[in-house]
Amino acid sequence: MNIRGKTLCLEKVTVSFDGFKALNELTLQIEPGELRCIIGPNGAGKTTMMDVVTGKTRPHSGSARFGEKLNLLALSEPEIAQAGIGRKFQKPTVFEQLTVFENLELALAGNKSFLHTLLARTTPAQLDKIYKVLDIIGLSEQHFLVAGTLSHGQKQWLEIGMLLMQEPELLLVDEPVAGMTPQEIERTSALLQSLAGEHSVVVVEHDMDFIRSIARRVTVLHEGRVLAEGDMEQVQKDPRVIEVYLGA
Amino acid sequence: MARKTLWISARRDTGSRWFLGGLAFVAIVVPFLNLVVPPSSTLHLSGYGITLIGKYLCYALLALSVDLIWGYCGILSLGHGAFFALGGYAIGMYLMREIGPRGVYGNPVLPDFMVFLNYKSLPWFWHGFNHFAFALLMMILAPGCLALAFGWFAFRSRVTGVYFSIITQALTYALMLAFFRNDMGFGGNNGFTDFKDILGFDLHSEKVHLVLLVLTAIMLAISYIVCRSIVSSRAGRVIRAIRDGESRTRFLGYRVESYKLWVFVFSAVIAAIAGALYVPQIGIINPSEFSPLNSIEAVVWVAVGGRGTLYGAVAGAVLVNYAKTYLTTTIPEAWYYLLGALFVMVTLFLPRGIIGLMSRTERTQKAGKRLPVQVERPEPSRK
Repeated sequence: MNIRGKTLCLEKVTVSFDGFKALNELTLQIEPGELRCIIGPNGAGKTTMMDVVTGKTRPHSGSARFGEKLNLLALSEPEIAQAGIGRKFQKPTVFEQLTVFENLELALAGNKSFLHTLLARTTPAQLDKIYKVLDIIGLSEQHFLVAGTLSHGQKQWLEIGMLLMQEPELLLVDEPVAGMTPQEIERTSALLQSLAGEHSVVVVEHDMDFIRSIARRVTVLHEGRVLAEGDMEQVQKDPRVIEVYLGA
Repeated sequence: MARKTLWISARRDTGSRWFLGGLAFVAIVVPFLNLVVPPSSTLHLSGYGITLIGKYLCYALLALSVDLIWGYCGILSLGHGAFFALGGYAIGMYLMREIGPRGVYGNPVLPDFMVFLNYKSLPWFWHGFNHFAFALLMMILAPGCLALAFGWFAFRSRVTGVYFSIITQALTYALMLAFFRNDMGFGGNNGFTDFKDILGFDLHSEKVHLVLLVLTAIMLAISYIVCRSIVSSRAGRVIRAIRDGESRTRFLGYRVESYKLWVFVFSAVIAAIAGALYVPQIGIINPSEFSPLNSIEAVVWVAVGGRGTLYGAVAGAVLVNYAKTYLTTTIPEAWYYLLGALFVMVTLFLPRGIIGLMSRTERTQKAGKRLPVQVERPEPSRK
C-alpha cells in the first residue's frame, strides 16, 4: 500500500481489552490538510483510535505511522506531542485560574524545563503567535479574563487554541461541540474548517447536524473497523450505516 | 515587551509595596523604640519585646515558604517545621561549639551535654561547626538535601494530595523521635541552650538581638522578592497550572515532577533559614521543634492570612502568633481550641483568608469599574 504523502496511516491496528476487540484490524489514512469526521455508535472504537495515535494505548498488532516514516508505536506520549500531534479531549480542560493569554502562553512550543521557564521572556514573535491564535479562536477580547469565567463554548475554543500553540501537524478533536449552543456550534464549525488545509484535522463527534455542516469526508466506525467511508451523502445512503447508526 | 508584561504584574500588586514598606517600617521603628525612647517612657520597647517581634518575623519567613509550596504549587506540606528545626539545629551546633571552655564542665571541645553523656570525643558530624561559614553552609545543605531526596521519591512515585501531607507529617515525627534520643549526638531531650555569643557578639545583649531582628527583616524581604519573582515568571504560571491541573500540564509537555521538586527544595531552604534566624534569638532548640503540631500551625497561619498571595502568609503568621502570645498568657488552656476553631472558621467562611476579605471589600468599592480579575492588555507588536 502506498503511504507516501499521508499525514497519518493506521494499518490493521488491533486493540483488545480482555478479549473484547476495541479496534479490529482498523485501517485508516488521513491526507495532509484534510478535515475528516469520524462517527460511529458508542463502543465503535473512536476514542481508542485516538488513544493509539497519541500513545496512550499500545495496540496488540498493526502499525501506526505519522508522516512518511515516523513510527508512532515506538514513541512516548510527550514525544508524540512534540512530533506534532495535538489532541483535544472530550471534556474541556483549561487552567481555570490563569488568564486566556496565560493559558496560551503555557502551551507555546519550545523548551519546557524549570530553569528555562524561570527566566523565559515572551519574545515579540511568540507574542504575535499568541495574538494570531487569539484571533483564530475569536477570544481576542477575552484574552485578559481568567479562563474559569469563560463559557463552556469559549473554553472549548481556548483548548483548541492551546493545541494550535503547540504547532501540531495533526489535530485530533474529540467531541468539540458537546454542550454548545447553536451559535457556538456554528462558530466552531467555521473554526475547524479554517484550520483544515494548514493542519490535518480529525474530528470525532456525535452531533450529526454539525458533521453535515463541516464534513468533506466521513468515516463510520463500527465494532472497531471501518464500516463505510465517503462523503456525507454517500455514507447516509449506505444501508449498513443506516442499520447500525443512522437508522435509529 | 515581555519586561513590560512582567512590570504590569508587579505594578498592580499593591500588596507587595505595602508589605515591603511595612517591613522597612518595623526594621526602623523597633530599634528606635528601644534605643532612642528612654526606658521610663511607656513607648519604650524592652528586650522581651524585641525577641518577640524577632520571633514573629522568623515565623513569617516560615509561613512564606509554606505559602510558596501550598498556595502556589498546591502541595500541602505538613512537615515544613522539620526543615525549620534542621536549620535551627545547624546554627545551634555552631553556637554550642562557640561556647568553648566557658561551659559548666569547662571542656574546650565537647559541649556540656556530651561531657554529661560520657562522650570521649566529638562525633564526626560535629566537626567543622566551630566555623560559622560551615554552619551556614550546612544550614542550607542538610535540609536542602533532605527535601531533595524526600521530594524526589515522593514526586516520582506521584504521591500527591493528602497522601503527601501524611508522609510529610511522618517525616517530621520520625525526625522528632530521632532527635529525642541521647545517642543521636544532638543533646536529646534538652537540645541545645545556654548559648554565649555569635561571632564574638554577646547573645545576652539587646543590641545583638536588635541586629538579629533587622537581619531577619532583611532576609524576609529578600525571600519575599525572590518568591515573588518566581511566582510571576512563566515558571510560576506553570506551577499554578500544576496546582490546577497536574495531568493537563504534563500533557502540554512539562515535566511536572521536576517543577514540584525545585519548588519544594527551595521552599525547604527558606524554612531552614527561618529556623537558623530563630534559634539565636530564642536561645534554645530542642526536638519539640520537630513536633508535627508546629508544621500544622504554620499551615494555619497561611490559611488565616490567605494562601497564594505571599504577604497574606506573613500577615497570618504575625496575627496568629500575636494572638497566641496574648491568649496563652491570659487563658492558656483555651489556646488550642481557639486555634482549631479559627482554622475551621477560616476554611468555611474565608477560603481566601484575611487578604481575601480585604480585597473583596476593595472590589465592592470599585464595583462596576473593573472585572473581578484583570490584567492590562500587553500591546501586540506590529511589524
